[in-house]
Amino acid sequence: MIIATNVNKRFGKLQALDNVSLNCNKGQTIALIGPNGSGKTTFIKCLLGMVIPDSGFITVNNKNISHDWHYRKQIGYMPQMSRFPENMTIEQVIDMVKDIRSDANESMDEELPEAFGLKALYGKRMRTLSGGTRQKVSACLAFLFNPDILILDEPTAGLDPVSSEILKEKIISEKSKGKLTLITSHVLSDLDDLVTEVVYMQDGKLRFHSPLTKLQKETGEEKLNKVIARIMQNQ
Amino acid sequence: MKKIIKYILLDILRNKIIIAYTLLLMVISMSLFLLEDNASKAMLGLLNITIIIVPLVSIIFCTIYMYNASEFIELLIAQPIRRTKLLTGVYLGLVASLFIATLIGIGIPVFIYSPDTSGFTLLFTAIALSTVFASLALLSAVMTRDKAKGIGLALLLWFYFSFIYDGLVLMILFQFADYPMEKTMLALSMLNPIDLGRILLLLQLDISAMMGFTGALFRDFFGSSQGIIFAAGNIILWMILPALLAINKFKNKDL
Repeated sequence: MIIATNVNKRFGKLQALDNVSLNCNKGQTIALIGPNGSGKTTFIKCLLGMVIPDSGFITVNNKNISHDWHYRKQIGYMPQMSRFPENMTIEQVIDMVKDIRSDANESMDEELPEAFGLKALYGKRMRTLSGGTRQKVSACLAFLFNPDILILDEPTAGLDPVSSEILKEKIISEKSKGKLTLITSHVLSDLDDLVTEVVYMQDGKLRFHSPLTKLQKETGEEKLNKVIARIMQNQ
Repeated sequence: MKKIIKYILLDILRNKIIIAYTLLLMVISMSLFLLEDNASKAMLGLLNITIIIVPLVSIIFCTIYMYNASEFIELLIAQPIRRTKLLTGVYLGLVASLFIATLIGIGIPVFIYSPDTSGFTLLFTAIALSTVFASLALLSAVMTRDKAKGIGLALLLWFYFSFIYDGLVLMILFQFADYPMEKTMLALSMLNPIDLGRILLLLQLDISAMMGFTGALFRDFFGSSQGIIFAAGNIILWMILPALLAINKFKNKDL
């Protein structure tokens, strides 16, 4: 579904993305991991057209995404730091995005607001919300339109254990519907039951991309954090 | 795009600055009309308000609003909307709010006390200058990532068009005093929307006689329908060009 070919991006002196090529298919759940500043978020922003690559191209469903916007209908995005118009209420923000995004009477996925108990907070203004609640609003917006591709940048950061479990359940249920999910996280234990593939990035380069089962076999470890630790030691 | 304009407009009307600005314009123009027994004297006072305060408030307000709307823009940029549409929507929302403020703040007093050609020229000039400076604000906000720099640039632009430009024109005029400068003056006035507005208004107020030979030339040019069309076209260019440049820059901006 997503094919990135030789994507390069430079911010001043920093080579944020160095010839990144990646192939993602339907039904996969991909963990995008790497140290801080390795280019994970930049890559995700390139996928969304928020950052424009210097060279290389990205296709989503066989369509080049440069200066296109239709493809974003198929993407649900949850940013790392969600920023919202501060003096709107939760309900107004959700209604606004619905109003702007939906063409016809698409079926909305309102499961998450229910599960998070957000409806009780609908009248609150965004500036009064805690970091975790903002994160919940952001998650709800990502799942709202039943997108085929989910891009989640540190989804569990700031969420309490209960909400974090709810979100994980949701991701697993979406995965069973054959959606493509891209997740970045530093809490590898959160990713354990979710991911099928691992992409490791460092210094803007894509180090490896392989199925989790293969990595488990190679390293002889079961848990994702041990697998990654073993690989990093061997390098 | 209509939806974006709607949300921006709602957001601006909810914040009280634009209402305070409307009231300020209203109070100033009302008191000018009430203090002067001669309506055209009051118009002259209003002219100065239009030339100085309206551009200043529109450029500063729009620049600050653009930075405050960065969350709104970031939220929507990941949604299926064309980038150009998003920024055009924000621009038109800003212009619409300033339009309403000027229409109420200056329009109502003018309509009550001086509903003639010069009054409507004043209203038209105020609205046109608001739009031109909103367009310049859009450009300065898109060009600089840093809020302080952006507002500084906006202030500098206002200062340039209000004062520095006139100084430069005067300097040129004195340096080339021995040459016929009338055509050049006409051309130079086109390069500054504030000057253009001022000349149009002064001609309407029938005090161009005090401007000497150049005034007669302006009268000759701007008095004709051809000149009016030319000036209007020029001011529309001033509204559109900076905004277009900003939208074009925004298309390739990393967020």
